[in-house]
Parts: sequence; C-alpha cells; structure tokens
Amino acid sequence: MSAALVFEQLLNGLQFGVMLFVMAAGLTLVFGVMGLINLAHGSLYMLGAFACAAVAAATGSFMLGLAASLAAAAIAGVLVEVLIIRHLYARDHLDQVIATFALILVFTEGTRWAFGSFPLYLTLPDALSGSVALPGGITYPLFRLLIIGVGLGIAGGLFLLVNRTRLGMRIRAGESDREMIAALGVDIGKLYTIVFALGAALAGLAGALVGSVQAVQIGMGEPVLILAFVVIVVGGIGSITGAFIGAVLVGLTDTLGRFLLPQAFGLIMDASSATSVGSALASMLIYVLMALVLVFKPTGLFGKPA
Amino acid sequence: MKRFTTKFAAAALALTLAVPALAEPVKVGMITTLTGGGASLGIDVRDGFMLAIKQAGNKDIEVIVEDDQRKPDVAVQLADKLIQNDKVDVLTGIIWSNLAMAVVPAAVGQGKFYLSPNAAPSALAGKGCNPHYFAVSYQNDNLHEASGAYANDAGFKKTFILAPNYPAGQDSLTGFKRFYKGELAGEVYTKLGQDDYAAEIAQIKASGADSVFFFLPGGMGIAFMKQYAQSEVGLPLIGPAFSFDQNILQAVGDAALGVKNTANWSKDIDNEANKKFVEGYQAEYGRLPSIYASYGYDTANLLMSALAKAPVSDMAGFQAALEAADFSSVRGKFSFASNHHPIQDIYVREVIKEGDILTNKIVATAMTDRDNAYVSECKM
Repeated sequence: MSAALVFEQLLNGLQFGVMLFVMAAGLTLVFGVMGLINLAHGSLYMLGAFACAAVAAATGSFMLGLAASLAAAAIAGVLVEVLIIRHLYARDHLDQVIATFALILVFTEGTRWAFGSFPLYLTLPDALSGSVALPGGITYPLFRLLIIGVGLGIAGGLFLLVNRTRLGMRIRAGESDREMIAALGVDIGKLYTIVFALGAALAGLAGALVGSVQAVQIGMGEPVLILAFVVIVVGGIGSITGAFIGAVLVGLTDTLGRFLLPQAFGLIMDASSATSVGSALASMLIYVLMALVLVFKPTGLFGKPA
Repeated sequence: MKRFTTKFAAAALALTLAVPALAEPVKVGMITTLTGGGASLGIDVRDGFMLAIKQAGNKDIEVIVEDDQRKPDVAVQLADKLIQNDKVDVLTGIIWSNLAMAVVPAAVGQGKFYLSPNAAPSALAGKGCNPHYFAVSYQNDNLHEASGAYANDAGFKKTFILAPNYPAGQDSLTGFKRFYKGELAGEVYTKLGQDDYAAEIAQIKASGADSVFFFLPGGMGIAFMKQYAQSEVGLPLIGPAFSFDQNILQAVGDAALGVKNTANWSKDIDNEANKKFVEGYQAEYGRLPSIYASYGYDTANLLMSALAKAPVSDMAGFQAALEAADFSSVRGKFSFASNHHPIQDIYVREVIKEGDILTNKIVATAMTDRDNAYVSECKM
C-alpha cells in the first residue's frame, strides 16, 4: 500500500465528505432555526439533479444546468415552505415527519411521471472531464477536485454568512430564541422562508454535482438523506461547524473503512472471506462512529447541551 | 341411444385430454424491479415476458406485475400478497439474488412454482434446490465462469476482480475464480446499489493489475464505467453480459467499444425464435432487447409450453412438463440439468457500433453445454 494510494483515498473521502456537508448544511439550519425535521430534503437533492440533467440536455450547457439546479431547488423550497411546512412549525415532530414523508412520495412519483423510471446520465463538458496529475505522482479526476473546491467554498461562505452578516445574526438568534426575535420585530416568517430556500438550493446543487459523476435517478435522495442525518447527529444539531466536521468525518470513515478494513482482515484470514467480512463491516462503520460519538457527547460534537 | 351417449362422452373426454390448458386460466405473479437504479432490468424482463404471451395470443394467462424496488422486505410482502390475496399459481420475475433468497424458499414451501427469469443464487442450486423451482436464465456462476475462462485465452495474468456484496456478487467472483488460472491483483466487494466507485478505482490503479473483471449490473455498471473512463485507468475490462447490457451501453457511450463480455444470449444468435423475438421486441417497444428481455421471453415460452401439457393443479405433471423444456429458446439449444438450471452454450461478445447504436456481437464460444457446479449437491 503506497502513500499515493492513501492520499488518493483521503481525497476521495474528502470529496464525499464535502458533498455530504452541502447536503447536511440545509438540513441542520432548518432544524436548528425552525425546529423542523424535513425528510423531504432528499427530494430537493433529487430535484436539483433532474433539473440539471434536463436543462443540460436541452441547452447543451452544463453550467446552465448547474444554475438551473440551484434555481429549481430554491423555488421548490419556497413553494414547499409557504404552502405546507409553514403550517407545521407549531405541530410536534411526528406530524412534521409524516407530512414531509408524504412530500417524498409526491416528489418521487411526480419526477417519475415527468422523466420516467430510467436513470438519466449527465455528460461532463470536455473542459471538466479527464484527470489531472497531482504532486506525489497521482492522477485524480478533475471534476472531483472541482467538487472538493466548490464544497470547501460553500463551507467558507456559509461560515461567513452565519457569523459575519445581519442575516446570519438573525439565523443564530432564531436558533437560540424564536419567540424573542419575533417580539423584537424581525419578520420571522420571511427569515424561515429564506433559510429554507437556502438549504433547498444547496441540496439541489449537491444533487447536480453528485449526479454528474454518478447517475440521476428516482429515489437518489433517500440514501443521502440518511447519511446527512448521521452527519448532523454526529456534528451536533443546528451547528454549521459541527455539520462540516461531521461530514468530513463520515466521508473519511466510510471511504477509508471500505479500503482498509478488507486489508486489515486479510492479515488474519484468507483473501475471499476478508473482503466479504471487511466490506460488510465497512458499510456499518459510520453508524458505529455515530454511536461512539453519542456515547461520549450525547448532543453531538458541537451541539449545545439540551 | 345409450350407444350414442357413450360415444359422446368418449368424444368429450378425448377433447378434454387433448386441450387441458384451455379449461383453466392461470394466474402469474411477477415480482420485479421497476424503479431505481435496477429498473431497466425488471422492465426488460417484464416486457420480454409479455411479448411472448402476446405473440402466442394466449388469453388464459393473467399476469399481475408488482414493483419490488430492489428491497427484500418489499419483495416478501408482495409475495405474501400475491400468494394469499391474488391466489397466483406461478411466481416469477425476481432480478436480484438477495431478493430471490428472501422470497423463493418460502414460496416453493407453500407449494407454488417459481420460474426465475434472472436471479439464480448458488444456495438454490445445490443443497437448497427444490422440485418447484426452475432457473430459466442460468446458474449465477455461469457467465462469470466463462469470463474466467476467457481471461486465460486473452492472456490476462493479473486481474483485479470486483462485484457487489450480495449472493450473486459472491457467486460471480467464485465463478470467475473457478476457471481463471492467473493471479489476482485484488478482490473487492462493493455495496449493492453503490454509485460512487472512486475508492475502488484508486485501488485498481495502485494494484498493478493488467486487466479488470467487474460484475455491476444496471445503474451500478453505468456509474462505474463512466467514472472508470474519467479516471483514465486504461486497463482492459472484461465482465459478464450484465455489465454491458443493451441499456448500459447506450448510457456509457463509446467508452465501451471493443470491450469483451460473456453471455448466453446475443441478438445475433441465428435461429427462428430469436429472429421473431428481436424483431417483435423492436416493433412493440421501439428499442433493442437486452439479455434480461430474452430471459423474460424464454420464461414465458417455457411456462406456456408446460401449460399446454398439464395444468398447474396437476403438480407432478406440470413439473415434468417444465423439466422437458419443450419450447424454442431464443438461445437455440436449451435443456434443464437435474437441479433445474439450464445446460447451454456461453459465448464471448464484443461491443460494436451499428450505425449510432452500440450493441454486442458474438465473436467466440467460451463454453459448450455448460451445466453448473452444484448439480451433484442437489438431492430431489
């Protein structure tokens, strides 16, 4: 096992992690500010991917597709917030879970109706495809490097937004005391819509970026949604910093686990059973990580004590 | 008068014996994958199956199609519903071996017949075989065994092998290794339904392999092939037909040209049944059939051939009629081994371009009259 391979796997883990962060950021903001559990977040991810694929196919421009993914998911986010979610803030979490689960079904069937059951495939423009040579003698796909860059950029931007701007101040205030900032004259309804649309747009962008390297298909949002929940539980609910650290931890744990566990078992058993046992264990590793974090920090790494 | 009645009764009896199938409509429950990354497989099996029934003009078969979403728990619920509420006589349709393991033993345990148009895990071919279970497609190991044999012919000495971690994936690597004589550069199991292969591709690059064997059906194969091309690894790929089926090729594009894969069916196999199937399928659905569509088509024709001989209610008779496999398979030769899995030829195909459409063409025969490795373990 060479250093180059380990470095490449670290990059893969980081790439997976930053995409999880872009997805989880919206989820954790919405939960932190509005106290709402939004299961339909994965549907917005899927919507972004389909919007990107449809627009890229119609116009031939991948960049327009990316813009469309942001716009479509943000618009869908606003509509969903104004029409449905707004009526659920005062309800308990069970009602929110049921209503947003219904939204998953609506989005899934709606997308199937519009695009059919077959997966769509995005073709990257030539300028973004292929691999580049990195120091240390490794080659790495250019688009994955770009994904890492975009993810880190979004993380930095969100950090500045939340900690350095007036909107961010209101978001933080909303997290600590919803009633009080309403009493102080902040239009809490508008703040909620903005936060929800922001989270939705990020999910849509994540869907489009990930869809470009993988596949754009019905139901692609749900597996990611589960991982995003793991991320915000590990990081601490409502914390952007926590979501970032949590996402990178989950990304690295999953990628390195898939790579190292079978090799580790290979030291004590024959190759075939080692791969089989190793990959089985690797797929549950992030949940083990979550359980461990919860044992030592019940509110997550950066969560506020209840 | 009495003589006339006797004659009439005899004639009526003769008639009933001659066409027993007409009297009894048959209900078929089809559990298959119609949504998600595995959807193209299930849709093709369904379409192939329905085409055969339509071409035969058979009005006595009622097919109830259900979507399992590639989830074992959903498949089990559907099987219960089909058996208990819809009272189906025969079950079919399952694509994924983990779903087959969840459904088939219970279904045949309740006395239902199960005809598999795809999944055929080794666990159901050896000790777990059952008189009411028939695999029309293959035994899971078969196509991968042929890939292993082909890897020797192609002079590969150090192959990296890769499959999803589920029963068919394990059968795949076992099958490949059964005939492959070279050394393995690495052996990796991925998650079923995985879409990102960056970690595996990095391992392939670092392994010093001279070739890559992969079994990744449906959406998994498309994602892998695209990412493999993006990473510019450049090692030759081989695999079973599932990794290069008609739907995968269209999505992957020219990157697949020239790749060799092993299959028990191809659209250029020259026989009447296959011609009728390929032309009928294109006319009906406006696309080329995949290997899964051919399995669905053969399954329906096998079912109809058996129903023409005995009703499902005559269990022993119906089983014997299925075992006879008295139908024209699109694969040409077709018969069942004693554990109810096919004995057939397996070919090497190459991906070519016909006009704008990527498709497969047979270039060699990898194995002749191949049965499977589990025949002797099956006692029934």
